[in-house]
Amino acid sequence: MAEMILREAVAKGLREALEDDRVFIMGEDIGAYGGAYAVTRGFLDEYGPERIMDTPISESVIVGAGVGSALAGLKPIVELMTINFSLVAIDQIVNHAAKLRYMSDGQFTVPLVIRTVTGGGGQLAATHSQSFENWYASVPGLKVVVPATPYDALGLFRTAMKDENPIMFAEHSLLYGTRGDVPDDWYEIPFGKADIKREGDDVTIVAYSRMTHVALQAAAMLEEKGRQAEVVDLRTLRPWDKETVLQSVRKTNRIVVVEETWKTGGFGGEIASTIQEEAFDDLDGPVARVGGVDVPAPYNGTLEAATIPTAERVIKALEENYGI
Amino acid sequence: MESTLNKQQLAEFYRQMLLIRRFEEACGRLYMQGKIRGFLHLYIGEEAIAVGTMAALRPDDYVIGHYRDHGHAIAKGMDPKIAMAELCGKATGSSGGKGGSMHLFDAEKHFMGGHAIVGGQMPIAAGLALASKYRKDDRVTVCFFGDGAVNQGEFHETLNLASVWKLPVLFLLENNLYGMGTHVDRSRAGGRHIYEAASAYDIQGVQTDGMDVVSVNECVSEAVKSIRKEGGPRFIEAMCYRYRGHSMADPTMYRKRDEAEELGIKDPIESLKNFMIQFEVSDEGELASIATKVDEEVSEAVQFAEDSPAPDLDAMYSNVYA
Repeated sequence: MAEMILREAVAKGLREALEDDRVFIMGEDIGAYGGAYAVTRGFLDEYGPERIMDTPISESVIVGAGVGSALAGLKPIVELMTINFSLVAIDQIVNHAAKLRYMSDGQFTVPLVIRTVTGGGGQLAATHSQSFENWYASVPGLKVVVPATPYDALGLFRTAMKDENPIMFAEHSLLYGTRGDVPDDWYEIPFGKADIKREGDDVTIVAYSRMTHVALQAAAMLEEKGRQAEVVDLRTLRPWDKETVLQSVRKTNRIVVVEETWKTGGFGGEIASTIQEEAFDDLDGPVARVGGVDVPAPYNGTLEAATIPTAERVIKALEENYGI
Repeated sequence: MESTLNKQQLAEFYRQMLLIRRFEEACGRLYMQGKIRGFLHLYIGEEAIAVGTMAALRPDDYVIGHYRDHGHAIAKGMDPKIAMAELCGKATGSSGGKGGSMHLFDAEKHFMGGHAIVGGQMPIAAGLALASKYRKDDRVTVCFFGDGAVNQGEFHETLNLASVWKLPVLFLLENNLYGMGTHVDRSRAGGRHIYEAASAYDIQGVQTDGMDVVSVNECVSEAVKSIRKEGGPRFIEAMCYRYRGHSMADPTMYRKRDEAEELGIKDPIESLKNFMIQFEVSDEGELASIATKVDEEVSEAVQFAEDSPAPDLDAMYSNVYA
C-alpha cells in the first residue's frame, strides 16, 4: 500500500499503459512543458517524442487523429487540456468517435481514451470553469469516467485502457492534490459500479468527482446532528450504477443528488427521474437536488464560491425536503 | 489524353467508371421508387477521380472520404451488392442497414468510410496516417473531400498537423465548384484554384483534370510514390463537375441548365471511350460487351438488395459498444 496524490495515480496508470507498444499520448504541452496540470511531467524524457507527442493547439485534429489511429489498430491516449476546450473538438467526439462502431455495424472500433480536466473553483472565470461530463454522458457510444480519489482514478484508468470504446476520462482540477491509499497489488474498477464511500441508514447523498468530497463533508456535519448519511460515489456516469442508488434509497428513504454542473440539464435530473420512476413509494419526500447555480462562473472568488455546491447547501436541501 | 497505361488498365478504368455510373443511376431509380430513403448524393460525373485514384494505390492503403461515397467505396473494392443493400437499409448491407448512403465502410478493403459531417473525415485521415508513421509501415492514406470542406476549421487544423508531423497522407480535393448550392467563387477567398492554399501549410499542391481518369491516375501515382519514398503530405485538386444536384432533394435552381456545356465539361466515360476507339486500344464491340456485363452486375446488385431481408428490430441495439 502506498499513499499518493491523484496526479501521481493517473501518472502511474499512464506509465503502465505505455508498456503496450500500441499506446502513445498526444496533447497540448504534455511533453516539453510537462502538462498543464503536470500529470505527464518527465514523460518526454522517459518515452521520447515518438510516444509523447506535443500537438499544435488544434483540439479537433488532436481528437480526430486519435480516432483515426484507433481505427487503424493503435490505442491512443489523447489529453484535452480542459473539458472547456473539448467543445472545440465536440464534432470529433460526438459525431465521429461515438458513432463509427455503430455506423459501420462493428467493422470498426474506436479504443480511444480522452483524458481531460473538469470543474471550477480556481477563479478561472466563465470559459475555464465548466463541467460537461453530463453532456457526454447523454451520448450513446461514449463512456464517461469521473473519479474522486487516487484509488478510483487508477483502478478506473486501468479499465479504460482495456476498454475498446471511446472514453471521456474527466479529472477534476482541484483533486490533483487529493491524497489516498493505493494498493501495490494490481486491481481494476469496473465501469458502472458505484462506490459507497460511507455507509448510513438515514439519508443517501449521491455525488461524483469533487462533489463526492462535499458529500462526505455534509455527512460529517449530519453525524453531529445524529444522522447517518450514506454517500454513493457514482465513479462513472455512462454507464451509471442505478442499482446501487436505488438500493440505498430503499434503505434510507431520503436522497439528495449533488453535482457541480448547472442544475438545469444536469445529470442529477436523470438520477432524480429514475428514482421517482423506480422507487417512488420508498421516498419520504421529493428527491432533493443540489447543483451549480445557473450562471456562468464569475471570476471573483467570493462570487464563484457561491455558485458551487457546498456541504451547507446539501444540509439545507435535506432540511427543506425532508425536515432533517 | 496521352498515356503509358496498357490496354487492360484502360479497359478496367472504363469498366469501373461505367459500373459506378450505372450503379448511381440505379440508385436514382430506387430513390424515386422510395426504396432508398434519406439523403442520396450521386457521384455521376466524378467517376474518373475515384477510379483513377484507387488504381494508383495498394490494397492495404487507407481511403477515407465524404458522404458522396458510393464511387469511392466501389472503386476501393466494395461489392456493389453489399453497397446497394446498405442503401436500401437491408440486413445484408455493409452496415446491416444502420449506416445508409452516406456511411459506407469496408474494413477488409481498408475503406474507412463514408463521413457525413463536412470536413469531419479530415482529422481522422491524419490519425490513419499517423498510425502508419508510428508503426513505420509504408501505407498511404488518401483523404477525399470537397470544395465545401476547405472552409471548415478541421481542414486547416488537419493540413497544418499533417505537414508539421510529415504524415503520409494525400489530400484529394474533388472540386466540383459547388458546396451544396453555393458556388466556390461565392464561398472562398482566393477563388477556385484551391490547391494553392496547400502552400500556406508548406504542402506541395497540384491541380489535375478530374474529368480525365488517366490524368488523375498519373497525378495520384506520382504523389503516392513520393509519399512512400519521402513522406507526406501531398495535395491534389481534381477539377470536376457534378452532373446531378447535391442530393436527390436538390432541383439545382442555383445554376444554369447548360452550365456544363458552357464550361466545356467533357464526360469522363465518353472521353475515355472515344480515346480508346480513336487510338485502337479497343473497339465498339469490346466496350459494348463490358457495358453489358456492367449492366448485369448492377441488376444483380439491385436484385440482391431488393431480395434481402430487413434487419431485425433487435439490430438497433447491437454495436453501440464493443
